[in-house]
Amino acid sequence: MHELGITHSILNIAVKHAQQVGAIRIKELNLVIGEMSSIVDDSVQFYWEMVAQGTLAEGSTLNFRRVAGRLHCDGCGHEFAFNRQDFVCPQCQSPQIRIVGGEEFFLESIDVDFDPEKQRPVQP
Amino acid sequence: MSTNIPIVENILNANDLLAGQIHDRLERAGVFSFNVMASPGGGKTSTILRTVRTLMGEFRVGVMDGDIVPIDLEELAKMGIPVSLINTGGNCHLDANMVIGALPTLDLNALDLLIIENVGNLVCPAAFKLGVDLNVVIASVPEGADKPYKYPTMFRGADVLLLNKMDLCEYQGFDLEYFKHGIEVLNPGVAFFPLSCRTGEGFDAWIDWLRAKIKTRSAATHVGQ
Ligand SMILES: Nc1nc2c(ncn2[C@@H]2O[C@H](COP(=O)(O)OP(=O)(O)OP(=O)(O)O)[C@@H](O)[C@H]2O)c(=O)[nH]1
Ligand SMILES: [Mg+2]
Ligand SMILES: [Zn+2]
Repeated sequence: MHELGITHSILNIAVKHAQQVGAIRIKELNLVIGEMSSIVDDSVQFYWEMVAQGTLAEGSTLNFRRVAGRLHCDGCGHEFAFNRQDFVCPQCQSPQIRIVGGEEFFLESIDVDFDPEKQRPVQP
Repeated sequence: MSTNIPIVENILNANDLLAGQIHDRLERAGVFSFNVMASPGGGKTSTILRTVRTLMGEFRVGVMDGDIVPIDLEELAKMGIPVSLINTGGNCHLDANMVIGALPTLDLNALDLLIIENVGNLVCPAAFKLGVDLNVVIASVPEGADKPYKYPTMFRGADVLLLNKMDLCEYQGFDLEYFKHGIEVLNPGVAFFPLSCRTGEGFDAWIDWLRAKIKTRSAATHVGQ
């Protein structure tokens, strides 16, 4: 299983960005994971609590947006779901198709809290 | 109320940065490198053995092996070449961090070619860049012709694809056209060599292709110096 290392990577990216903006807590992490990226989100979830403990992200929630594999037919322009049996256009039977989605694997955004004392709007 | 901070950072970014460092170090030492990936038993070690045996008169070759036990490596060491075990601790793939840790175990200045045998796995290794010049993916006849359809990532990440154990085609039956169509969609134009480590059939074409790659690369390095 490689999800432990990946879970650490997710944490490091989130904490780095949270520190850059001076946040005191990470509440949510919004991840985008393509069907073909070979990552099992259940296992990331499984390790998360342990890995996040004692960090800015302790107690935070992981949100996964899964992106389905997409194929595009160069014959007729049809776009359709990736299937694991044949790579042929269901509309025109053309074999001239290519992958256009489903390989994403990134941290899209985080939801953070700031210290209310320090973040008081500065009045001019 | 929490604040949303947009990030959009690839999760394997840290790995990719380390892979870049590996690439720089190998390039500076004038070492051409490739990473061999396949299912368990697909023929990684057999391919490396035959490739090394053929090329060791022309190039100074070293091998790294990501494994839990040094069985494959002992086979390779018998040829009298430098070898190094990357202990994966049961991990399902090599990553750049493991490779960078193992680089000091080989004298890079004494090598022209570095071959890395990845962990036997057709799912994950392709996602983790190692900073090598080529990703070599080996499929094999007994695994069946549907592998590109089931494990797209692996085939998409290949710079060259070997179809090993061609000697078993006549017993096994293998729908080569179906296999090739999968490859063509996933990785248009990828170099493809059907071969057999057992009989040596098809090996010359792979070796000629590889030799040309190594020479192009070393010519470019010398010009740059
Ligand atoms: N018939 C046949 N058998 C082969 C061929 N190439 C390899 N084998 C056999 O397949 C088995 C596995 O080969 P290896 O080269 O050890 O495969 P590997 O990918 O290194 O295996 P792991 O490192 O254990 O994942 C061995 O028994 C080889 O003798 C081939 O071209 N034809
Ligand atoms: Mg092996
Ligand atoms: Zn079509």
